[in-house]
Amino acid sequence: MMLNFFDQFMSPVLLGIPLIALALLLPWILFPNPAARWINNRLITLQGWSISQATHQLFTPLNQGGHKWATLLISLMIFLISLNLLGLLPYTFTPTTQLSLNMAFAVPLWLATVIVGLRNQPTIALGHLLPEGTPLPLIPVLIIIETISLFIRPLALGVRLTANLTAGHLLIQLIATAVFVLLPLMPTVAILTASVLFLLTLLEVAVAMIQAYVFILLLSLYLQENV
Amino acid sequence: VPVAEKRLVDVKLGELGSWLGTRDFTPNGILASIRKGHDRYYNKYINVRKGGIGGVAMLLAGYVALSYVWEFEHLKHDRWRKYH
Repeated sequence: MMLNFFDQFMSPVLLGIPLIALALLLPWILFPNPAARWINNRLITLQGWSISQATHQLFTPLNQGGHKWATLLISLMIFLISLNLLGLLPYTFTPTTQLSLNMAFAVPLWLATVIVGLRNQPTIALGHLLPEGTPLPLIPVLIIIETISLFIRPLALGVRLTANLTAGHLLIQLIATAVFVLLPLMPTVAILTASVLFLLTLLEVAVAMIQAYVFILLLSLYLQENV
Repeated sequence: VPVAEKRLVDVKLGELGSWLGTRDFTPNGILASIRKGHDRYYNKYINVRKGGIGGVAMLLAGYVALSYVWEFEHLKHDRWRKYH
C-alpha cells in the first residue's frame, strides 16, 4: 500500500503503446473545427465564443507584435486546460504531471520571448534588468538579482504546473483512501472527510483551469516586456 | 448481395472469415476507417443543431473505460486484501 500512491504518475504502457500518447491526442478530438457554415451548431458556437473571449482578455495589453503569438498561446492554453481537466476523470492519466512535458513547454517559449526581445530591441530588453529609481550603490547587486530571476522563470513555469497538479492528485488520492478506510470504523468522521473530499475536488477543477491560465498569462507578460 | 459489400451487422458467422479477407488492413486503410468512424460519431452526436452534453459525455465515458483497461496492471494491486 505504501508505494501505490505514486503509481498514478507512472506512465502506463499496454502492448507497447503508452497511455500518454492517447492522453495527449484526446484534446485534439475534443475540440472540433468549425464547419464552413454561416451558423454552426450549438457546441461549436460555444467553443468559438469562449476562445474569442479568452483571446481578447489576454491580448489586449499587448501591442501589435505580440498579437502574432495569439494562435500559439491560445492553442497552448486550450491544450493545457483540457489536459488538466481530463486528468480529473477516474482512472485517467494526466500528462502535465510529468515535469519533462512542462519543461518542454516552458523553456522553448520563454527562450523565444527572450531572444525576440534581444534581437528586436536589445537595449530595452537589457534595460528590464534594472528597475527604475534604484539607488546608485544598489545597482550591481540588483542587476545580478534580476538576471537570476530572469533565468529562474522557465524553471518556475514548468515546476509550478507540475507541482500544483501532482499535489492535487496526491491529495485527492490520500483523502479518498482515508474516507474508504474510516467508513466501517467511524462513519461520522468518514462523512466529514467525504465532504472535505468533495470540496477538494471542486478546488482541483478550479486549479486545473487556473494553472493553465497562469502559465499562459505569465508567458504573455514576458512577451509584453520584450516585443 | 456479395459479401464484401455487406455491413458487419449483416454478415453471418460463417461468412466472417471471408468478410475479414476483403477488408483493407493497410495503414492507409486503417486511417480511413478511423476517419470514417470519427465522422459517423461526430455527425450523429456532436454536429447537430442543438447539441447537448450527451455526445461529449459518451466520448469521455469511453475514454475512462479505455484508461481503466490500460492501467489494469497498476490497479490490480489496489484490491482489498487482508495481507498485501
